Amino acid sequence: MFQTVVFYVFAAILLFAAVRVVTARNPVHATLFLVLAFATASGLWMLLEAEFLAIAMVLVYIGAVMVLFLFVVMMLDVNIDRLREGYWDYLAPGLAIAGMMVAEMAVVLVGRKFGLLTMPAPSPKPADYSNTREIGAVLYTQYVYAFELAAVVLLVAIVAAIALTLRRRKDSKFQDPARQVAVRKQDRIRIVSMPAEKTVSRDS
Amino acid sequence: MTLESLNLLPALPEVFLLCAVSAILLLDLFISDRNRAYTYLLSLLTLAACAGITLGTASDRVEFAFNGLFVDDPLSDLLKVWVYIGVAGVMVYSHVYGRSRQLFRGEFFTLALFSTLGMMVMISANHLLTLYLGLELMSLSLYSMVALQRESPRSTEAAMKYFVLGALASGMLLYGMSMLYGATGTLAIPDMAQRIASGEVRGTILVFGLVFVVAGLGFKLGAVPFHMWVPDVYHGAPTAVTLLIGSAPKLATTGFIFRILAEALGSPSLVAEWQDMLVILSVLSMVVGNVAAIVQTNLKRMLAYSTISHMGFFLLGILPGSAEGYGAAVFYAIVYVLMTLASFGMILLLSREGFEAENIDDFRGLNRRSRWYAFLMLLVMFSLAGIPVLLGFWAKLAVLQVAFEAGYTGVVVAAVLLSVVGAFYYLRVVRVMYFDDPVDTAPIVNAGDQRALIAVNALALLVLGMAPGWLLAVCQQAVKASL
Repeated sequence: MFQTVVFYVFAAILLFAAVRVVTARNPVHATLFLVLAFATASGLWMLLEAEFLAIAMVLVYIGAVMVLFLFVVMMLDVNIDRLREGYWDYLAPGLAIAGMMVAEMAVVLVGRKFGLLTMPAPSPKPADYSNTREIGAVLYTQYVYAFELAAVVLLVAIVAAIALTLRRRKDSKFQDPARQVAVRKQDRIRIVSMPAEKTVSRDS
Repeated sequence: MTLESLNLLPALPEVFLLCAVSAILLLDLFISDRNRAYTYLLSLLTLAACAGITLGTASDRVEFAFNGLFVDDPLSDLLKVWVYIGVAGVMVYSHVYGRSRQLFRGEFFTLALFSTLGMMVMISANHLLTLYLGLELMSLSLYSMVALQRESPRSTEAAMKYFVLGALASGMLLYGMSMLYGATGTLAIPDMAQRIASGEVRGTILVFGLVFVVAGLGFKLGAVPFHMWVPDVYHGAPTAVTLLIGSAPKLATTGFIFRILAEALGSPSLVAEWQDMLVILSVLSMVVGNVAAIVQTNLKRMLAYSTISHMGFFLLGILPGSAEGYGAAVFYAIVYVLMTLASFGMILLLSREGFEAENIDDFRGLNRRSRWYAFLMLLVMFSLAGIPVLLGFWAKLAVLQVAFEAGYTGVVVAAVLLSVVGAFYYLRVVRVMYFDDPVDTAPIVNAGDQRALIAVNALALLVLGMAPGWLLAVCQQAVKASL
């Protein structure tokens, strides 16, 4: 009973936060609502006894990704009003189409198809059951191929990001340590032979 | 997990390719722009070595690797070899074009090889997870290749459209896959087929997931009504990248469709469900593709609409849900790749520094400028139109035949009529080449390897068209041994 109440409270917060991510005018607020959505989602995972995923969500998404996101959003100088141009014009047809799709999907899916009778809840695990251990055991054995492929996808993302954004500016100043070390006396110092100091004539 | 279930040998081409790309990626950092040709040669060598490994380890058996996440069957070997040919063709056609357009960079080659790896993963996937990861690997590389020409607003726009719609398609696919998982409780393709066949699975959820999967596939294929991105991306992308998008990925999508529709969802009750959807996709693609292509003045856009209509024909082969049908569809995809390579290859060869031969008008009077190129282009256009003796005709015949035998008489009649409509715009290019005066009189200069490749490529359409039986038989046999 208590769990059900917690679930509904969390689910309501999650939905509210998700809607606000899209509708918030200020991108920083939108990002913060996304943080809220992630935190509640990890709470829901906790309820499902998926504690490793819940903690990973908090650490990786909230702790790392969203902080980075906040930095980017704060640094970008986005003109919200231009982005929002036509927002109200598109809202009505967009809502109509979305509503229609939701209704159509509901007609197909609502009912007993996903109910607890057809898909019973899994039996609770004993206290010494380690979620992390189980995930680790299949991630690096059964699913090692998929794991490696995900790594390759990330590598491609790195290569693509560098290829698309790295530009060598001609006017940028940088140090080349190899050249600094290899510098010779002749490169830096010019020895000029000067005539001995002239006698200063008294006239000038 | 044991070493037997890991069984790395069938996945040797993928393992080798990944190692080779990583090595090329690092080596390229130490190569100056002047010596970039080494990257190009290394990439070609890698593809050749992959082909050697794939052919060397080919067998008639179906083998699994990585605990059943990977499958190596005759169909995957066949498709992979053609993927290597397609990507190598793209590299040879585009190396001179790329030099004058900031495309002859290490990233062009490494990303092309990464996308090849993605295609191979898709072709050999035995699990919805790897199917999806392969798709993303291929698509991500292609998105960034479209945007590689940073100064061109047109290609940046094309990349953005491709990326957003591609993400939408991936979302649909994933949602559909999650429904399939919800219905069957597994993501492994053989298990899924088994559970569906056992009849314990809830049909409604399964069909619901199927709709999203087919919609996602429609996006990736560029079938109507999910075709909107195709003309813009084909037109906006640098021609070398268009050539890559238009050729080898179609083979990977063929593999994808085979794995998911034929292997996972191939039980008779479900086949009836997706057949209805494919009929709509197929007929609409043929109508929209052929009719819209008529009014195009830009050759790249025209070929994009022609791609849409060809995908309609390709789906005809999938329709019957039989081994013969899949064989014909695989044959169609291979022939289509050969024709795309030659047609876009010709645009690349006629382009030069600061000039893109992308309008139909740029082909005016090609016969006076170069009889040989005009003849080769004529072969390609005739083959695309499906004029007898050329390979394109046999491909069309094969898919029409299987669709007709499966009882889709109306669809077949429509397809034949629409291919007559389609012949109009292909023949218009031929007319312009032979009967108009040239507007562009600059000499056509190409590297030796490019001249040789376009000759081999276009003549293959003629020579293989004289004896089409064996390639079709190879495709049929590969599909039969893999199902």
